[in-house]
Amino acid sequence: MISYIIRRFLYAIPILIGVNILTFVLFFIINSPDDMARMQLGQKHVTQQAIDNWKQQHGYDVPLLWNAKAQAEEKLTKTIFYQKSVGLFLFRFGTSDSGRNIGADIKERALPSLAVALPTLILGLIIDICVALMVVLFRGSKLELGGMVVCVILMSVSSLFYIIGGQFVIAKVLRWVPISGYDEGFAAVKFIILPVLIGVFSGLGSGVRWYRTLFLEEVEKDYVRTARAKGLTETQTLFRHVLPNAMIPILTGVVVVLPMLFMGSLIMESFFSIPGLGSYTIDAINSQDFAIVRAMVFLGSVLYVIGLLLTDISYTLVDPRVRLS
Amino acid sequence: MLFRNVSIFFALFLTACDLNQINNPYPKDQDGQAILYQSFDERPKHLDPAIAYSENEYAFIAQIYEPPFQYHYLKRPYQLIPLTATKMPNIQYVNKQGEKLDANADIKDIAYTDYIIDIKPNIRYQPHPALAKTANGDFAFHHLSKDQIVSLNTLTDFNATGTRELVAEDYVYQIKRLAHPKTQSPIAEMMKNYIVGFGEFSEKVKQLSKTAIKDVPMSGVMAINRYQYRIRINGKYPQFMYWLGMMFFAPMPWEADAFYNQPGLSDKNITLDWFPIGTGAYLLAENNPNRRMILEKNPNFHLEAYPSEGEPEDKQKGLLNDAGKPLPFIDKVIFMLEKETIPYWTKFLQGYFDASGIASDNFDQAVQFTGSGGARLTETMQKKGIQLQTTVETSSFYMGFNMLDATVGGYTEQARKLRQAISIAVDYEEFISIFMNERGLAAQGVLPPGIFGYEEGKVGINPYIYEWLNDKSQRKKVAVARQLMKAAGYDNGIDPKTKQALILYFDTTSTSIDDRPRMSWYRKQFEKLGVKLVIRATDYNRFQDKMRKGNAQIFVWGWNADYPDPENFFFLLYGGNSKVKFGGENASNYQNPAFDRLFEDMRNRDNSPQRFQLIQQMQETVRHDAPWIFGFHPKRFSLSHSWYKNRKTHAMANNELKYQRLDTAARTQKRQGWNQPIFWPLLLVGVLFILILIFAVNAVRSRTRKILQ
Repeated sequence: MISYIIRRFLYAIPILIGVNILTFVLFFIINSPDDMARMQLGQKHVTQQAIDNWKQQHGYDVPLLWNAKAQAEEKLTKTIFYQKSVGLFLFRFGTSDSGRNIGADIKERALPSLAVALPTLILGLIIDICVALMVVLFRGSKLELGGMVVCVILMSVSSLFYIIGGQFVIAKVLRWVPISGYDEGFAAVKFIILPVLIGVFSGLGSGVRWYRTLFLEEVEKDYVRTARAKGLTETQTLFRHVLPNAMIPILTGVVVVLPMLFMGSLIMESFFSIPGLGSYTIDAINSQDFAIVRAMVFLGSVLYVIGLLLTDISYTLVDPRVRLS
Repeated sequence: MLFRNVSIFFALFLTACDLNQINNPYPKDQDGQAILYQSFDERPKHLDPAIAYSENEYAFIAQIYEPPFQYHYLKRPYQLIPLTATKMPNIQYVNKQGEKLDANADIKDIAYTDYIIDIKPNIRYQPHPALAKTANGDFAFHHLSKDQIVSLNTLTDFNATGTRELVAEDYVYQIKRLAHPKTQSPIAEMMKNYIVGFGEFSEKVKQLSKTAIKDVPMSGVMAINRYQYRIRINGKYPQFMYWLGMMFFAPMPWEADAFYNQPGLSDKNITLDWFPIGTGAYLLAENNPNRRMILEKNPNFHLEAYPSEGEPEDKQKGLLNDAGKPLPFIDKVIFMLEKETIPYWTKFLQGYFDASGIASDNFDQAVQFTGSGGARLTETMQKKGIQLQTTVETSSFYMGFNMLDATVGGYTEQARKLRQAISIAVDYEEFISIFMNERGLAAQGVLPPGIFGYEEGKVGINPYIYEWLNDKSQRKKVAVARQLMKAAGYDNGIDPKTKQALILYFDTTSTSIDDRPRMSWYRKQFEKLGVKLVIRATDYNRFQDKMRKGNAQIFVWGWNADYPDPENFFFLLYGGNSKVKFGGENASNYQNPAFDRLFEDMRNRDNSPQRFQLIQQMQETVRHDAPWIFGFHPKRFSLSHSWYKNRKTHAMANNELKYQRLDTAARTQKRQGWNQPIFWPLLLVGVLFILILIFAVNAVRSRTRKILQ
């Protein structure tokens, strides 16, 4: 398995280089280093000299991908792409174009993102599975039909509506929790209750429908019939036999998103003033801070690769028949 | 055991929350303290006074840094007064030979102007590790080892702080910092034109590190003694006084650069750009731009008293009740990051923010207009004791014509009439009403109210666009505009070259769906004249590029004053500032030699009847040429709670927090009254949940029985 993991990591290198090139090209198609300088220097009294100074200070005064005027290997190394990309592979994110250390910012923002995303995932998973099992229990009945209609309605509503509605009812009218904000340690609990509840509720419709499908596939299998024939109740059958066997797709679905939890949720964090990573990237795009955009896209792709790898490994853990080679 | 743990957890949780005010976003120990709660929606990019230039950056640094002069908090029109200076500067004019000239010397004879500034003794910097010294008198943290830096995460991790007296050399040092190319000050290129030796200094130090400039002299700037320094500028530039009231000219101790430029500290985000060091009323105690920023009272703040003079109505408004009392009144200011308007507005209504602006979504909830057009608070707001303050900002927004364009540009009578016709048709009163909730004043010329040269009433109207009827200005009828179109050669809007409706192009960065109504409105304004307006929406960078190259035809632009002087507005139309030719701020590329002559004469004069006359001539010239459709001057509407005292909106100053006061007892009482939680729905939900559970259990049992049978 170790050789498999190493091989997968080696495969990841060209993928990450590709992602890096793509981000670089897409970013610089839209923004030239001059545009970036203007954005950072503000709108007043910006002269070409000031722009040139900024570019020189931030390393944007060399060609983008190929330096024809340089000698030998410097044709490649004396370019914005090379100089800004090498550090990434060593997880040295450098400083943002506005001068802050990106690594320090990411470290600081990852925890609040996780504080909201992890409870949302766990609580959502438990509730989705329980409701899905209940629905499966009543399969073929009007209760199931009603349940599915409710699920479709829940899925059809925008998450923004849940956020605004939740804030209005729970925080403004009933005044149970602060409407937004964040604090450190235990004091953070009162701030994350509402976003977690809204996160769980907004994912309920799709989650229940997905798990219901998984369980329905399982309940038709022979071993379930055998279990019933042994005289087990429907509840016992569902919880003791169907649930463990449906764990493979559930687990793989969960494991793949685990690393991405660090990346946070853009809308949720923005509405609840959670100082996470969700809004970090979009703020950087708006302010044309290429250093942050590049770092966040790179981090996102690394986490995604890790997520896929963990999924493969988790297969072997939940299903002994699967072997990685 | 599990039940016990859960019970303890909930007990702890409920205790921590305080059931009386369960929605309080702040810790309980802050109740009753003189803490002002404000918000910010975008983190400041810079807090270094040599670099910061935006309003959201000044909101912080203006409380921390102190330039030699400041604006009087209460007096209007805006007036500069000494801050750390003992008096207003001694201004001396000098000729080319270096001889002193009289105060009323001819501008042509003035080669240089010297500003000699005396600062108050015994002003001390905030406690800061950069100034900490060991028992031997060496700086404690100027030579940090790698190991020491590893253990540091923020400025508060340093175990000692120090202070020292503010000296004239600190002001000189800051001007050198402005000139250093590595500082990247936004005003550096401009100051090269004014401060003697600025450009040469910049060239000389460009290869040196930021810490190596202290002993390099700048010919035009020098400390005469410990408390006096001189700045020599080229020619006469009276507006330089206003620059001396801006943060760019605040003092900086050289120790700050020596401390912050140690390798490794910037990796921890410990930089001068993030941790200021000033002499002002507040110091930045916590800097977490991702969540909150906290200002605390500077224990070393020098004696400064609340003003005892203001406008006539200030006494009646209670704004002089604290006259003569030492500043500041508020102990701490907490700025919370709040990006969305809904939670921001809700927190304000719950009393968790002390003041608020008004977003368009909430405007009708907060403000209504009387029959005479005056704004007043709605009953709900009045019941809460909320106060409304309005002020016209020192800003101008306009629709510009590119004067280099073959159709709308140029100085022929035909082109002029076309622009004047469009200026009549584009009804900015309607725009303000529809899109700005009446928060604007239709502009009659270049200058906003409050700026020297601005005229109100009949004499102040733009006679080409408005007429004076029933004691107020009224936009001329569209029929007049159509007549002008006919005279311009576009009868009924028909382009004689194509025999079809004249097509004009509007370049904009407004690309979102929310902008569509506004774009549609613009189209309709042009349709009044039979002209077809094509909207060319593009991203910000492409738009800027078009403007630089002169490829835009019609556009919308704005200007926020740096200082309250007409020069800071008229320079936007000065030919020497043409965007296409010189990369300046004249986005319309307007170049009228007569106007330029008037501007050159006006800009260096002190305010006087002659200057006033020149300004009126300039207004007349641009109104006639119409390179802009004078749009509007925005009105700022701000709300504050009844417990927030001494609040007076100031369009130029940003250091207002030191004057303001809180009645914390009233705040605590009102917050408690407004934030009692409603628990009965929780009970209802609980009962409902139990009923559903019972129903589900029964249903499962009966189904299981059925299956078994």
